[in-house]
Amino acid sequence: MEHASQDEIRKHVRTYVLVFVALLGLTVITVAVSYMHLSIVPAVIVALFIASIKGGLVASYFMHLISEKKLVYVTLLLTVVFFIALISLPLLGYHDTID
Amino acid sequence: MQIPYTVTTRPDTGLHNAKLGIWLFLASEVMLFGSLFSAYILLRVAAVEWPHGSQLLNVPLAFINTVILIGSSVTMVLSWASLKMKDFAKYRRYMGLTILCGFGFLVVKAFEYGAKFSHGLSPAEDLFYATYFTLTGLHGLHVIGGIIVNTYFWGPGSRMWDTEPERFTNRVEVAGLYWHFVDLVWIFLFPTLYLL
Repeated sequence: MEHASQDEIRKHVRTYVLVFVALLGLTVITVAVSYMHLSIVPAVIVALFIASIKGGLVASYFMHLISEKKLVYVTLLLTVVFFIALISLPLLGYHDTID
Repeated sequence: MQIPYTVTTRPDTGLHNAKLGIWLFLASEVMLFGSLFSAYILLRVAAVEWPHGSQLLNVPLAFINTVILIGSSVTMVLSWASLKMKDFAKYRRYMGLTILCGFGFLVVKAFEYGAKFSHGLSPAEDLFYATYFTLTGLHGLHVIGGIIVNTYFWGPGSRMWDTEPERFTNRVEVAGLYWHFVDLVWIFLFPTLYLL
């Protein structure tokens, strides 16, 4: 049993190295895209899209979110809801006109 | 009194206590950085003019720092995996590398800050530099915090491996979750500040 779990960890180690290579590749792509001088809206979309993939890889594999217990997911779901609310706060400014 | 559920999982949460604790802490950290990102969006959208980060900041240095931090995340998770495989010597090597990468990141950052300060550029310069220094400064403090914790687990804290190896492995996993979060924040800071 002990050996089985150690084999599993060895498999994980291979995954970690692959994720590392993917993260390096995506970082190079992020910088390369910035030299294409896209206009601001597509530039933001592309940059945040690549960053989200990288963040997803770190969270899923390095932070083991791909196989975590339910309570961690519940905690994070609640966090995401509040995070979206927080990020959306500046939008309220559109309705807060001084006339 | 013995702290409960450091190794065994708590029946109602399905987690050991440190794991739940760090995730709750990281949730609060998401809100901390989220509030600053939110302020950044508000300031940038409302600004009449906003410079492109790459015109004012050193992209190659930030790229190097991104690679360093991603590398440190890998060595961190490998240090935990080494403990899982009962290889303490390997754990020490990987954790040592993680700490070195942390210092490497700070050294590069110090060069960046130094270049700005030597040109008289401070957070008081304008909104761009105010947000740049605030966001990277808070992130830098988190890197320092991570280095302190990791150094403790590399040095004196690692004595626990002899008495309670499973508990020590869980501690390293939890420290790793924090370190990966710091990496994750940088993954978003880098394009936001330097490339847009």
